[in-house]
Amino acid sequence: MRYWALVAVPTVLTAAFFYAASDNRHEVSAQDFVNLQQGNAIQPGFRRAHAKGFCVSGDFISSGTLAEYSSAQVFQAGQYPFIGRFSVAGNNPTAPDLKAPVRSLALTLLPETAEQWRTAMNTPPVLAVGTPEKFYQQLLALQNNTIAEFFAAHPETAAFRNWRASYQPTLSYATEQYHSINAFYLINAAGKQQAVRWAAVPTVGAANQLPDPEAVDALQQELFARLSDGPVIFDLVFSLATSADDENDATIIWPDTNPQLIAGQLQIKQATEQSNGQCNAINFDPLVLPRGILPSADPILRARGAAYAESHRRRAREVLLNTATGAHHE
Amino acid sequence: MNNPTVYPLAMRVVHWLMAALILSLLFVGLSMVTSLGLWQYQLLTWHKAAGLVAAVAVVLRLAIRLRLNTPRLPENMPKLQQFAAKLTHLAFYLLLLLMPVTGYLMQNAAGRPINAFGIMLPQLIPTDLAWYGLFRELHAWFSVLLILLIILHITAASYHGLIKRDGVLRSMIRK
Ligand code: HEM
Ligand code: HEM
Repeated sequence: MRYWALVAVPTVLTAAFFYAASDNRHEVSAQDFVNLQQGNAIQPGFRRAHAKGFCVSGDFISSGTLAEYSSAQVFQAGQYPFIGRFSVAGNNPTAPDLKAPVRSLALTLLPETAEQWRTAMNTPPVLAVGTPEKFYQQLLALQNNTIAEFFAAHPETAAFRNWRASYQPTLSYATEQYHSINAFYLINAAGKQQAVRWAAVPTVGAANQLPDPEAVDALQQELFARLSDGPVIFDLVFSLATSADDENDATIIWPDTNPQLIAGQLQIKQATEQSNGQCNAINFDPLVLPRGILPSADPILRARGAAYAESHRRRAREVLLNTATGAHHE
Repeated sequence: MNNPTVYPLAMRVVHWLMAALILSLLFVGLSMVTSLGLWQYQLLTWHKAAGLVAAVAVVLRLAIRLRLNTPRLPENMPKLQQFAAKLTHLAFYLLLLLMPVTGYLMQNAAGRPINAFGIMLPQLIPTDLAWYGLFRELHAWFSVLLILLIILHITAASYHGLIKRDGVLRSMIRK
């Protein structure tokens, strides 16, 4: 009897640890998600999503307009540095810029401070579906060419489909609008919270030509050329939720009639290839927030942290092994 | 000094508090890296704060351990077993220090701020992908070693408590 107990103790313990470590107990785990995103042709050292892109840096000129809504440093009037990254969606680091359905801007404001704020924004203002499990099914449907059936079976995709039908990609990263899509809370010094979404809104009209429309990195070339003439500027515009909006559902567009506040201007001043830029070492996990900003309980937003970390882990391991084996010496 | 039969109260208290803390850290750590759930964010925040508390606790515990007299293992216990026991205890202290250290440096290399009660702790290594790769993998591999050690330790303690009944298990439980 006592011997049985002696066997039972380590057995139960081992089983408990195995259960905790197993990613099969989730319908879709972070590992499943990243496996699907990276596909079969792994690109060592690159992001498993938004692999194609480049680094930028500049300053955020905060107007102070949001100071009454949030105690975060970035919303107090002043000038704050950021590093960022323009990218296109997809797992291929050499995909043609102009073929991508989605373009992105990711930012880390006030890097290397306790007040750091990260955001990763995309061109669509809404998501097709509201949970990571359904999002996984959507990606599967895209890969299997059954996306029409998927959309038909999911009525919540309507707002996304409408946006897609009306969206006209421009000929520059500088003339796109990039959305947080998910909602967050601004928290002021008195502890009052306000649900918001934000977007980087261009300040110049659409360009009508590209330096080299045939180039794989046509948009990257265009932005580098544009920067030699001066900073690329976006307004950072916040949309405030009203009692009619559900901050946990990113499949619905908030009305234009909601209060819109300009938090300040993003002035992008430099750009570098991602291989030697600061943006490569970090992931733009939108859950890295300063005090004064909290995440909503939107299931997609909450899912992003673990998925970004898994992708970051994989590419970091690949770079480490490369460095260790000397495969990449200058 | 004479040879005590039980660990000093301070050490027993610290032992069981830390056992609970470390087991929670391990289970939370393992769960949060696979989960896409709503709680992942809170678990991660808790993990980092509790991991720092664990770091302070290990240092305190080592300090107590080095100052206080601890019970000797039973005389009749084979020398090899005594050696194994000492070795696992040493390995415990080592891993319990390495876990928070690798966790901390991993955050540094990822360029993420570490805030302890509103104070930003210093960044000791640069934000760098290869450094991140190193400390992220070490954090995971050390956690596997720690888990194996815990299973071994609990099995050995149960063996003393259930089969040998030689007072070794009791020395960490009661007066
Ligand atoms: C469950 C939902 C999502 C998953 C699983 C996911 C997954 C990922 C992963 C794995 C990466 C690569 C991270 C890295 O290695 O650094 C990434 C990058 C990115 N994601 Fe998502 N994503 C999700 C939703 C979104 C949403 C809603 C947006 C936009 C609002 C978004 C915008 C971006 C951007 C802009 C990047 C590139 C960041 C950079 O330039 O480094 N993602 N995503
Ligand atoms: C005794 C203390 C600690 C223990 C036992 C512990 C344990 C763990 C475990 C088991 C994992 C999962 C690893 C995996 O399966 O891949 C993990 C992940 C993690 N730990 Fe710790 N940890 C400790 C301290 C810390 C500290 C002090 C920090 C940072 C301040 C930290 C930050 C992290 C992070 C960020 C992850 C997740 C990485 C990712 O998402 O990829 N840990 N930890």
